[in-house]
Amino acid sequence: MKLLRYLSFLAVMLLLSGCKMALLDPKGMVAASEKHLLLSATGLMLLVVVPVILLTLFIAWKYRASNKNAKYAPDWTHSTVLETVCWAIPCVIIGILAVMTWVSSHKLDPYRPLNVKGKPLVIEAVALNWKWLFIYPEQGIASVNFVQIPTNVPVRFVITADAPMNSLEIPRLAGQIYAMTGMRTKLNLIANEAGDYHGFSANYSGEGFTNMKFIVRASSKKAFDQWLAKERHSPNKLTAAVYQKLTQPSENDAIKYYSFVKPHLFEEVITSYMKPEIQSIDGNDRRLTGKEVTGKRHA
Amino acid sequence: MLNSFIFGNLTLDAIPYHEPIIMVAGVMMVLGVFAVLGGITFFKKWGYLWKEWVTTVDHKKIGVMYIILAVVMLLRGFADALMMRTQQAIAVGHSMGYLPPSHYDQIFTAHGVIMIFFVAMPLMFGLLNLAVPLQIGARDVAFPYLNSLSFWLTVSGAILVNISLIVGKFAATGWLAYPPLSGLVYSPGVGVDYYIWALQISGVGSLLSGVNFTATILKMRCPGMKLMKMPIFTWTALCAMVLVILAFPVLTATLAMLTLDRYMGMHFFTAAFGGNAMLYVNLIWAWGHPEVYILILPAFGIYSEVVATFCKKPLFGYSSMVWASIVITFLSFSVWLHHFFTMGSGANVNAVFGIATMIIAVPTGAKIFNWLFTMYRGRVQFSVPMLWTIGFITTFAVGGMTGVLMSVPAVDFQIHNSEFLVAHFHNTIIGGVVFGYFAGLTYWCPKIFGFKLNEKLGKVTFWCWFIGFYVAFMPVYIVGLMGMTRRINHYSAATGWHPYLVVAFIGALIIAAGIASLVLNIALSIKNRNKEGYLDTTGDPWDGRTLEWSIPSPAPFYNFALTPEVDSIDAFWKTKQEIAQGKSVQKPAYQDIHMPKNTSTGFFIGALSGLFGFGMVWQIPWLIAVGFIGVLVAMVARSFSTDTDYYVKAADVEATEAKYAALRQRGASSLGDSAEDDGMLGSEILNKAT
Repeated sequence: MKLLRYLSFLAVMLLLSGCKMALLDPKGMVAASEKHLLLSATGLMLLVVVPVILLTLFIAWKYRASNKNAKYAPDWTHSTVLETVCWAIPCVIIGILAVMTWVSSHKLDPYRPLNVKGKPLVIEAVALNWKWLFIYPEQGIASVNFVQIPTNVPVRFVITADAPMNSLEIPRLAGQIYAMTGMRTKLNLIANEAGDYHGFSANYSGEGFTNMKFIVRASSKKAFDQWLAKERHSPNKLTAAVYQKLTQPSENDAIKYYSFVKPHLFEEVITSYMKPEIQSIDGNDRRLTGKEVTGKRHA
Repeated sequence: MLNSFIFGNLTLDAIPYHEPIIMVAGVMMVLGVFAVLGGITFFKKWGYLWKEWVTTVDHKKIGVMYIILAVVMLLRGFADALMMRTQQAIAVGHSMGYLPPSHYDQIFTAHGVIMIFFVAMPLMFGLLNLAVPLQIGARDVAFPYLNSLSFWLTVSGAILVNISLIVGKFAATGWLAYPPLSGLVYSPGVGVDYYIWALQISGVGSLLSGVNFTATILKMRCPGMKLMKMPIFTWTALCAMVLVILAFPVLTATLAMLTLDRYMGMHFFTAAFGGNAMLYVNLIWAWGHPEVYILILPAFGIYSEVVATFCKKPLFGYSSMVWASIVITFLSFSVWLHHFFTMGSGANVNAVFGIATMIIAVPTGAKIFNWLFTMYRGRVQFSVPMLWTIGFITTFAVGGMTGVLMSVPAVDFQIHNSEFLVAHFHNTIIGGVVFGYFAGLTYWCPKIFGFKLNEKLGKVTFWCWFIGFYVAFMPVYIVGLMGMTRRINHYSAATGWHPYLVVAFIGALIIAAGIASLVLNIALSIKNRNKEGYLDTTGDPWDGRTLEWSIPSPAPFYNFALTPEVDSIDAFWKTKQEIAQGKSVQKPAYQDIHMPKNTSTGFFIGALSGLFGFGMVWQIPWLIAVGFIGVLVAMVARSFSTDTDYYVKAADVEATEAKYAALRQRGASSLGDSAEDDGMLGSEILNKAT
């Protein structure tokens, strides 16, 4: 019965792998490697786990107290051979997995530039309460809760937060990395197929966290350039004041585009957390960006 | 001014009138408390409670109280689980479910905190209290008063968590309260303060218990019990207690720094002035990962005892098991970073911590094989504790596999913080810790209470939990692979998660039936405690192997009439065999027994700590002062007290033992199994033989 459950679990997994299993349906090189690693590590361990489960059930049944035909060895407590086997089997499996881990940790290090021709497209991502701001520093545009990228071009996300810790994840393209205040993390990925993919924050960050989602549109280079050209004509401009407003908590923000971004905004967001508090004119402790750092208690 | 002195930040607004769900739950809780208090008054049990339970220093009674606390909190924690499962089963598409995010976030935080700190920990300490002194042939723990204090501190923490339901709110930060979210800027209310003080107070209790049991195991073993002759449960308890001593100060210090950030405007974990939130994440997991092993190691010990007892065979590879536990103990401190590979530490760091993590699977795997070989060529009895054990081995194999899977950093990038992770740790905690503790409760129940639990209902409980677990959490693994993040309260229908979450909800209902049958079982077994099939007159209902089965059930308050002497691992089993082979026994010569006296100091310090914690949460100056000074005064006063012990006269011991012997004889004749050992109590067998 237990076995049946495991088998049906596996069957369901396989059946679904084609459609909605985001992790098993990658659309980019990085996510594909991660999927491959997930499956091969699982397969390797199943080699031991399945026999152990079957053996447990078999031994328990065969040596049931009512089965007087089974051998009974009431004083048998030690066998050097068997104990060596006990330790050796997990050692071998873990040994193989350790090698896989060492190699894959380096190969799939999110900071490592992808081994793909072409200059990477840099996108700066800022996690805000509760939306994502994406800045294209080289193109001078920005967007909220939407990011468009060309297919088959390496993309480098540089990530920080101006909010509680979040985590940027686009499962069909690559695994996640944290977005943290005052810090900069990196995530290299690539989309090999055109399409709209779900992105979200994977780390709980407060009341509006559930809706902290964005869309990643992977399109041809041509469509991407067209999109850029269109957004450069957007009337919205991301000035310091507009950014301040954006940092205020809000949920389910509509997609927005900005044709202008205050230069070095991303760096300023990071360094704003490194500067000491200064006294502003009204006597409150404020940082250069104008945010309160000293919270006030309320019941 | 005066108002803020008397009430601090506490105002009538603290009571969440506008949240009907919380109010109903709160009113139910208050009514429940009044019903219990009223019942005690009606049956005139206050004096009995005070003398026999509140002020007791008897490790067995303290153990029972820990378990009562755990079961009560399990009901609360599980109610939270059902509410979350309901929300996720209905909050799809246009429906936002019935819980607003602010409430939902408190529920998943409270669920985690309650299940780990106020269910699993009290169950663990309860079982240690019940079994460890009896297994090592001791009269009590090393520091009986400290034991009572530890318990009451844990109760204070639990009460603070429950008060937060109706006065103010609880943290809405997740169970580990990562800053900056748990800092004052993003969590300005009292929720995180309740979290901090509940954990600080109960954490001190845990640390003191760790010290107490380490001292007990190292110093109070009976003559002849070398370390490598200790029962395996005591070994795993020792390993867990060493972890408590090493890990809990880290938790205390981490929460203290968070307190300074919140109360004194410091910047340990806020980004300004060089503070770093990741420091907190590192520190909290430096405690948090060992904590997992603090819970699972004693469960491993229980499985080892159960499998040997119910297969009628000594544990296969005893020393291998001991060394596996020791290896796990040390390794558990070297893997904390695997909880945040996604921090971006770089490939070398991630790979080292990933490999360190999977190495823990080696001793754990070895343990699993050893249990298998213990069953091999044994006589397996499918009693309730054995069912839990077999259920554990199969379930834990799956949970261990998904755990090793997540220790591969590049895989973890995809499944970290997903529902896959949620399924994994429930797989190991339910399939490992909960199954083990339930096995332990069933196993040691007759020793403590003198009656066995109902076997049939016990099996119902097992099958409900076992099947319920798979129905509830296999779909959660699947939605994790579909890309569902943990802690979300609403999702779109296009995700395709809905059917799986409905199945998971049904699984939770099956587990609820398991909990109901457990409560029913306890009630029914208490009612039928003197009937055949329940009553244990032998002191050795399972044909056990270790010392606790050598004394009568329920264990006399002094445990062992004579200090036993041992020269082998399964000491009692060996003695039984020697007697069967005709070894002669002598009449025991009883001596006076030195015992600790009851004290109310533990209760008062616990209560005053609770007042102090409540005062700190709401910043009520006089309450803080009363609590703090009160604790100091109580500690100093106790340190001057010399009236802390007494002697049980040898004649009284003899009389008590004679009473048990008579009971044994009556039980033997009425139950018709007098043929075996002439109606002798186990303790007499052992005492006479040694």
